[in-house]
Formats: sequence, C-alpha cells, structure tokens
Amino acid sequence: MSSQQIPETNLPVEQDAAHGAVEAAADPFADPGLPAHRPRIQDIDERAARRSERAVAFMFTLSMLATIGFIASYVIFPVDKIVYIWPLGHVSALNFSLGMTLGLALFLIGTGAVHWARTLMSDVEVADDRHAIEAEPEVKAKVMADFAAGAKESAIGRRKLIRNTMFGALALVPLSGVVLLRDLGPLPEKKLRSTLWAKGKQLVNMNTMEPLRPEDIVVGSLTFAMPEGLEEDAHDFQTQIAKAALMIIRIEPDNIKDKREREWAHEGIVAFSKICTHVGCPISLYEQQTHHVLCPCHQSTFDLSDGARVIFGPAGHALPQLRIGVNSEGNLEALGDFEEPVGPAFWERG
Amino acid sequence: MSTATETKRKAPAGERVADWADGRLGIYGLAKANMRKIFPDHWSFMLGEICLYSFIIIILTGVYLTLFFNPSMNEVVYHGSYEPMQGIRMSAAYASTLDISFDVRGGLLVRQIHHWAAIIFLAGMFVHMFRVFFTGAYRKPREINWLFGFLLFVLGMFTGFTGYSLPDDLLSGTGVRFTQGAILAMPIVGTYISMFLFGGEFPGTEIISRFYSIHILLLPGIMLGLVVAHLILVFFHKHTQFAGPGRTNKNVVGMPLLPVYMAKAGGFFFLVFGFIAILSAIATINPIWALGPYRPDQVSTGAQPDWYMGFAEGFVRVMPGWEINLWGHTLALGVLIPLVLFGVVLAALALYPFIESWITGDKREHHILDRPRNAPTRTGLGVAWVTIYFVMLIGGGNDIWATHFHLSLNAISWFVRIAFFVGPVVAFIVTRRICLGLQRRDKEKVLHGRESGTIKRLPHGEFVEIHEPLSQGQLHTLTAHEQYKPFEIGPTVDENGVERKPSAVQKLRARLSRGYYGEDNQIAKPTAEEYKEITSGHGHH
Repeated sequence: MSSQQIPETNLPVEQDAAHGAVEAAADPFADPGLPAHRPRIQDIDERAARRSERAVAFMFTLSMLATIGFIASYVIFPVDKIVYIWPLGHVSALNFSLGMTLGLALFLIGTGAVHWARTLMSDVEVADDRHAIEAEPEVKAKVMADFAAGAKESAIGRRKLIRNTMFGALALVPLSGVVLLRDLGPLPEKKLRSTLWAKGKQLVNMNTMEPLRPEDIVVGSLTFAMPEGLEEDAHDFQTQIAKAALMIIRIEPDNIKDKREREWAHEGIVAFSKICTHVGCPISLYEQQTHHVLCPCHQSTFDLSDGARVIFGPAGHALPQLRIGVNSEGNLEALGDFEEPVGPAFWERG
Repeated sequence: MSTATETKRKAPAGERVADWADGRLGIYGLAKANMRKIFPDHWSFMLGEICLYSFIIIILTGVYLTLFFNPSMNEVVYHGSYEPMQGIRMSAAYASTLDISFDVRGGLLVRQIHHWAAIIFLAGMFVHMFRVFFTGAYRKPREINWLFGFLLFVLGMFTGFTGYSLPDDLLSGTGVRFTQGAILAMPIVGTYISMFLFGGEFPGTEIISRFYSIHILLLPGIMLGLVVAHLILVFFHKHTQFAGPGRTNKNVVGMPLLPVYMAKAGGFFFLVFGFIAILSAIATINPIWALGPYRPDQVSTGAQPDWYMGFAEGFVRVMPGWEINLWGHTLALGVLIPLVLFGVVLAALALYPFIESWITGDKREHHILDRPRNAPTRTGLGVAWVTIYFVMLIGGGNDIWATHFHLSLNAISWFVRIAFFVGPVVAFIVTRRICLGLQRRDKEKVLHGRESGTIKRLPHGEFVEIHEPLSQGQLHTLTAHEQYKPFEIGPTVDENGVERKPSAVQKLRARLSRGYYGEDNQIAKPTAEEYKEITSGHGHH
C-alpha cells in the first residue's frame, strides 16, 4: 500500500514547524498548545477504512455465530457429560462450551466496538473547559440569604422549645429500631461455659459410633470422640459438636510432663478439646513423636504431653483437658464437664 | 394546531420519542451537557471501568443464582447427581449449591462467573485505588470521591466474605468460625454480638440466611448507591489528565463520549464480561463439591480465604498469642490487636488525602495528575502501605508458602513479624531514592536533551554522545509539575519583640512539610535560565 495511490486532497497539510516558536523564545518550557492531529491510514485511504469496516463487521458476525453456538451447546450437551480437553484435563462439556461461546460472543462485540472506535471514529482531540466547582460569590450570597430567610420564617432560632423537643424526638426515635434487634439472639449468660460432657457420659468414637475402650487407643494414634447420646440428626448437633469435639491420644504415663494432666488421664490416655483456643478451628494434625498437635487454620501448636500448652502460633492459652476414667463396662467415660470454657477466649472467660 | 404541524413535516420516529421523553424528563438539557463530554485517554483510566463492569456482571449473575440457591441450614440428605456426596448429610444451602453446579444447565458457569467477577472486582478496586493514590488524583475536589471509592473497597471485601460463606462448605464454614472467634475477642460486647449475629451459639441455624440478606440486599444496596454517587462525581468533576502540551488545569483534553467513548467504554464492558466468561469456562473457582459440607469439628488443611481477606488473615496468623487475665476477665490481645490493626491500616488509606492537604495547606483544585516520581514522599508512603499489605498476604498464606517452597512455617511467621515493621521503612526509603533519581534524570533530559545513542568523534580524537534536544512539548511536559516549598513556622518573635510560641501542631506540620518538600526530598526542577545558559551556543557537546 504505497502513498502514491492516496488522493492528494486526502493527505494532511504540512505541520507548522514554527508552532509555538514565538513563545519559546521567552519561556523555553511554555505550553506549545495541542499538537496537530496526525491522521491514521483510515483517515486518508478509503480502502483502509473499508478494510476496517469489514473487520468490525466480521467480529460482530462471529459474535452472532457464537451466540447460536451457545444455544446449540445448551441443547446438545447433557449436564453430566465429561470430556477431555487439552490442556485442561477432564472438564464438563457443557460448562466449557457454554463459557467459551458466551465469552466469545461478548468478547467479539467488545473487540468490534473498540476497533471501530480506534480506526473509524474521529480521533481528533478536543479540549473542553473546566469550571470551578465552587459557586460564584453572588450565588453563595443568594443561597445564604435564602437559607436565612427560611430559617427566620420557621422561627427555629427563636422558638427554642420547639427546636429542642424536635431534636429530642428525632434522637429517640431510632431507639425503636435498636430495641427491635434484641431478639436476634439470646444473651450469652453461661452458654459458652458448658458442653454436653458430664459425669458418666461415655466417649463415643466419631468414626465407628461405638463407645471407646482403653485398649482401642494405642500410642501414636489420634482418635476423635463425642459424647454418647449426641445423634448426627439432632437439630442442635452442629452447635453441640462445635463445643464437645474431643481428641484422644495415649502417651506413656512417664512421658507426661504435666502433673495434673497425668492425674486426669486414664493409664496415659488423655482427652483434650479439639477446638482451638485461638479462634475455634478444629485441630486435626498430630505429630506422633513429639505429641504436638497443630491447628491447620492458623498453625497454633500445642504440646499434648505438657498440659497442651501453646508452643507456637497465635493461640493464647492451652487446650482444655477432659477428666476421664473407665466405667463398669470397661468403656471410657467423662468424669465431669470441662473445667474451663472450650474454644476461643472471650471477655467473660476469666 | 396539530393539523398545522402535520402538514409542515413529520419528524423521524426517534426524534418524536426523544421529544416525548424531553417533555417529561428534560433529556435535551442533560444531553447538551453530557453527550459530547470529553474524556482523556490513558490506559490507567481503564482500571476503574473494570471495577464498574465486574460489579454489573456480579449483579446480573447474582440475581440468576438467587433463583436456584436455597439459603437454609435445614439438614437434608443429598440425593442429587454428584455421586461422591450421595447420602451425605448437609445443609440445604450446600445441597442447592451442588444442584446449581451439577443439575442446573449453565449453573456452574454462572456461579463461576459470579465468583471470578468478584475476585476481579476487588483486585480492580485495589489497583484503581493505587492509580488514584500514586497520581494524586484524590486531591481537591475529589477527596469525597476517594472516600466513596474506599468504602466500596471495604464493603466489597465484606460482600465477598458473606458471599463465599453462603454455600456452607467446609472451607467457608471454617472462615465463619474464624470470624466468630474474632468477634468473641472484642472486650465486653464480643459474646453479645456473637450471640445476636448467630442467633445463639456457633454455628446455630440462622447464620446462612442472615448472611444471605446481608450479601444480596444490604451490602450491594449500599454499594450500588455508592457506585452511582462515585460516577456522578466523576462526571461532575470531569476527568483528571496528565500534563502535556495543550493540557492545563483549566481544561480537559480527549475525545467525546459520543461516539468514541460510547464505543470504547461500551465495548470494554463486553471485553471484561467475555474475558470473565472464558476464564470461567477454563478455570475452576471455589470447587465446593471437593470440600464437603461444613461441620464444626472437621477442617481441611491449607484453608485460605479469598485473596482480599488474606491480609486480615495474615495479622491473625502471625500475632503472638497474648492474653491478659485480670479481675475475672480475659482480654484476648492475640486476636484483638490484629482486629484493630486491620481497621487502622485501612483507615490510614481513607484519611491520607486529608493529612496531605493539611501538610501542604493547598486548598486549590487539582486536575493535572502528578507523575509518581514528582511526589517522592507520597509515592514512598504508598509503596510502604502496599508492602505491609503484601507482607501480610504472605503471613495469611504462611502454610501455603511453607509447603510449596519447603520452608519452615515458624521461619515464615518470624519473617512476617519482622517485615511488618522493617519492610515498610525499607520500601519507603528505597522508593523515595528511586523517585529522586528519576527526577534527576528528567532534569538532565530537559537540560541536556535525550541520549541519541549516536557517537561522534571530535577532531582531537575525543568521543562524545550526541544529545538531541527535546521538543517544546516534551520540555513542557517534564517541567509542568509544581513544587511546594516547605511550610515554615516563621519568626518566633514578632515585630514588637514579643515572643510567640508555635503550637505543637504547627511544629509537627513544619516537620512533616520539610520531610515532604525539604531540599533533599525533592529535586528542584530546571529553570528557564539554567536551560538558556546551557543551550545558548557553546553549551552543547
């Protein structure tokens, strides 16, 4: 495409080389004003402009086809069809085809519109004046006068009794809205201090739902337990398990460093709350050699051989221990509830 | 009367519709001011558009999702078409999310577009906000719009959080538990707020339906209002522009809304939407089916919030577990301090424009953007803030870093603790040095011209590089910025010899002002005299 084929009348006039030169003598940094417009090929060559037009129309047409493809995909592919597409792997055929066709239908409208704007619409820069945001002094004076007149006519300044009682009424009325929120929930009272554990409650294995016996717990294994009588379909199961979840390990009694922990254990079997004392995630990672447990959420680490004290991470205090023993049937049982609240610290915890 | 008009001429249908509307809405008046409104062109002005468009996409897809989602914590046993979950007990919310993903045709796509758009919305706001920050676009008259934008960012975070909590899956439930634990740490009111929010003890049976109304009504309602207000102010203030030939503080140079920006901005909406749709076709986001329903006694490893909550997570993870027990009460500082820092770090961003305008004392309107290098202290502070943010993102993902890069988790936590204090200081100093270096280079360029890369050998054998002088437009662009003089307290003794004590506030302002605009903290831009002296005759190499 050589420029000889472009009609002479379409070519830009020579740029004024001396543009701004007058001012430059006085101030070399002076603003020379907007640079002259530089024409694009489409501005001077009608064939280039027509090529652009065809490109835009092509994109819009492809978009239409993509939408038809979207509808076709919706009808053709069953919702559960899985296909292999490199490099994505096995994906849902429907999700992939719907997403690609919808995406293309939209994207091509976008590219078409932008190409149209960039190649065919005028790209001559125009300057628009700004006006100060602040009002002119006369406008301000008028507003102030209007306000003064309005205030005077209402007599709000003179009749103080009206003004003050109105403020009082307006200040009080939102209280109704606050009061209405009261029944969002119960008061805390002692709810966070107790769990389902009580004297004589058997420890039930979370996986098998069978009562746990001391011989089930071997050194090096981590067992999760919940109190007997708590059924998974109970309406408050989630709320109860959120406090009562227990983890049980066996440590050689001689290896238990904390004296109280040894006393509350049964033959080296210790039961601790599974709920992290940081912000309440369930602890699930257990290191057999060191008897450390780790909360996977924020990495608080507790030493279960030393009263479950915190050895790393953001937790503020040790995991509460549940005192356990064995009942007449040879099953593990609780000897009472936790002596302190389980889970995260709170103001009334003490 | 009507017959008379009809005989004259019949206006085209479009014009008649417009006439009808104008008689009732006054649209011609509006169109006169706005139809050919000028918008300046710069790639960074697109960032805000990405946010606006992803917000619209979120609303469109969100409405669709409400048609199928069941925001209930009623326990159901799953019997849908996703085999691995057959017969498993779960909430109706989780089950309906599985249905959207596996039984509703296109449901998975819309869910993924919704989630990807949310992630892009927040990322777009973050980048847009820092575009505005680093170019000083928040200065008068745009401080209020800065606050609107800031509120949109914060509300967007919480809308995102309440949104990804709705499916009631194991991961998001863990996030809700974390939030409840953090609420409990608030002194005095913590347990009450927790009980009221959850309708009793955690997790109760209310939280999903309450989050639902917050997520689809309360927060997006406020955000929609803020978006509209944000846009009205953009129109009212007119857009900012960078300095350049013909661009002044009193004009705005660019192309008109109709047709150029109608096509460019309108087209960009389709580009953003199309991009997100394709992304959702090929990249899975939040595969809740792989996580299982929430149970408070179960957890998966590598639990991560969406990225925009990561920095709050970082504070919570790396904070030492301080706890004070006194007079029968517990102050869980280990959780409370991160909570407060979360607010303080965000508030610093909101307040910065007001702090800077107090230091400069500049009450004029600013429509010409600063290049970041020409405001070294501001740029340094911005980079310091971003450094804190990203250090905390590392802290929030410390387990991911540890497992992916085979690093010690403890070492990462300690690194983050130290970097929280040291990182922003180092970032500030380094950034400011770089800015000053760039200012020097600009000055060099103005006075000595552009390095052409052409080497000339002089008659006596010396080699010199030819410097090409800049055009007047370039000279103007590089010298158009204003430089403040530091604020001085002035003489402490007045003309009558009476001693005047400057207040502590004034002293602070003077100190800060020196820090911003003191001799060593900005490079004096070249003067016309310097330029003339060098360029007149023998100055050239």
